[in-house]
Amino acid sequence: MSCAVHAVELRYVYPNGHAALDGIELHVDHGERVAVLGPNGAGKTTFMLHLNGLLTGSGSLEVAGVDVGPKTLTELRRRVGVVFQDPDDQLFMPTVAEDVAFGPMNMQLDPNEVRMRVAEGLAAVRMEHAAERAPYQLSMGERRRVAIATVLAMRPSLLVLDEPSANLDPRARRELLDVLERVERTMLITTHDLPLAAELCERAVILAAGRVVADGPCRDILGDPELLALHDLELPAGFDLDGVPTRPSGTRAAPA
Amino acid sequence: MGALCNHSLELTGLAGDPASPVHRLDPRAKILGLVAITIVAVSTPLEAWPVYACCAGVLAAVAVAARVPPGAIWRRVRFLLPIVLAAGVFLPFVRHGGGQYELGPLTVHEEGLRTFAAVSAKAAIGTVSAVLLAATTTFPAVLRGLEAMRVPRLLVLIAAFMYRYLFVIVEETGRMRAALAARAYHPRTALQAGPIGRMATVMFLRTYARGERVYSAMLARGYTGQMPYLTPLVLRRSDLAFVALVLLALVPLRLGMGVAA
Repeated sequence: MSCAVHAVELRYVYPNGHAALDGIELHVDHGERVAVLGPNGAGKTTFMLHLNGLLTGSGSLEVAGVDVGPKTLTELRRRVGVVFQDPDDQLFMPTVAEDVAFGPMNMQLDPNEVRMRVAEGLAAVRMEHAAERAPYQLSMGERRRVAIATVLAMRPSLLVLDEPSANLDPRARRELLDVLERVERTMLITTHDLPLAAELCERAVILAAGRVVADGPCRDILGDPELLALHDLELPAGFDLDGVPTRPSGTRAAPA
Repeated sequence: MGALCNHSLELTGLAGDPASPVHRLDPRAKILGLVAITIVAVSTPLEAWPVYACCAGVLAAVAVAARVPPGAIWRRVRFLLPIVLAAGVFLPFVRHGGGQYELGPLTVHEEGLRTFAAVSAKAAIGTVSAVLLAATTTFPAVLRGLEAMRVPRLLVLIAAFMYRYLFVIVEETGRMRAALAARAYHPRTALQAGPIGRMATVMFLRTYARGERVYSAMLARGYTGQMPYLTPLVLRRSDLAFVALVLLALVPLRLGMGVAA
């Protein structure tokens, strides 16, 4: 059976000699929600770019049932949706609807199907009302949700989010959590926002200096203050991990 | 500063009644029609005032049909026209011929004045044409029209991204200026301009990095070098009628005026 992510000895060295990934080992099954935690510079974003074939390192990497390589890029990008950290990087079309249609149209779907996907993507993030607006007219939280819609419209089997709660005020962050909570997809979320990880993900891995240094149930990882401190992570003062509703692991159906 | 920039950016948006017959025309028809008016005006011999009057009449008709108020046109022309006219402002002094008028230490020549008037008329017609196109057509629609008219795709894409990220860059510049001012930077002489130069460098590097990220985000959604469009452009009868009317109003008169000197 195929899996969502299977990385073995994945290494990537930037042209300046910095080894951002130094032998990543990670296996994620369909239906899991995994938080990828780690301090700045740990290699989280570099790893995320590998999942969509935007960077290719050495070692072996299988994502969403596809062996990542130059011949499989088109299929890979259909199956893996990446939501980038800065929505301004992701939203470049004149209107929200055109932007959400960009991915489905690159998949050469017919226009009616594309319109349906646009409506579906915007509905999933509750942004139907903004279809004809320009991205620069939206708030940061709205832009972030539209960025997620642009990817959901492609119906990926794996959703990868890079720092989804960065620069959001508490209300926008709560809305984002509600939206993500209802998305039935395998998810990989890179974040420093540990409470967000606790709410959304049943599993967490810690990345440090380009390696996976901890992997386990989110609750165990976040409940280990020494481990967190060792990797420059910290729960907010007074945060009660037991107050977060428990998330049963691996129960989500894997969409085709 | 940020507010000022945003205000001047708004001046590039639509004006008039978005449901007017002119606004609803295919962008290609409007580009063709308004460029034709400009070409007729620019290519006409200097003294061909009936042609200029006719061009102005057609422009006025377009403005009325689009319900663009004169004030909206004036606000936009005011920004563009001085730049265009600056090129011709020396003509009355350097082009000799006809009567002469002493103006202090300067001599104004009648021939030069006539030339200046004609050049100004051409410039005004060209500027108002461009302003009317912008007032009745969104920028993305103009770009789609240009692309459909076989303007190189790369140029169209560059213009599209410039338009999209103009707002982002204006915001970033505003924030950096605020940060400079917050640390008591109030340049008074050219010698103090150093930080502005460094700010420009930072903006360049940031923009470059953003370009890379945007391109990554496009590739991630399956971009293959072709910009996909959901609704194809269709030329309707009204579009053809618009272009035909403009040409009928101007071309016979223009042909009667001979070749530009």
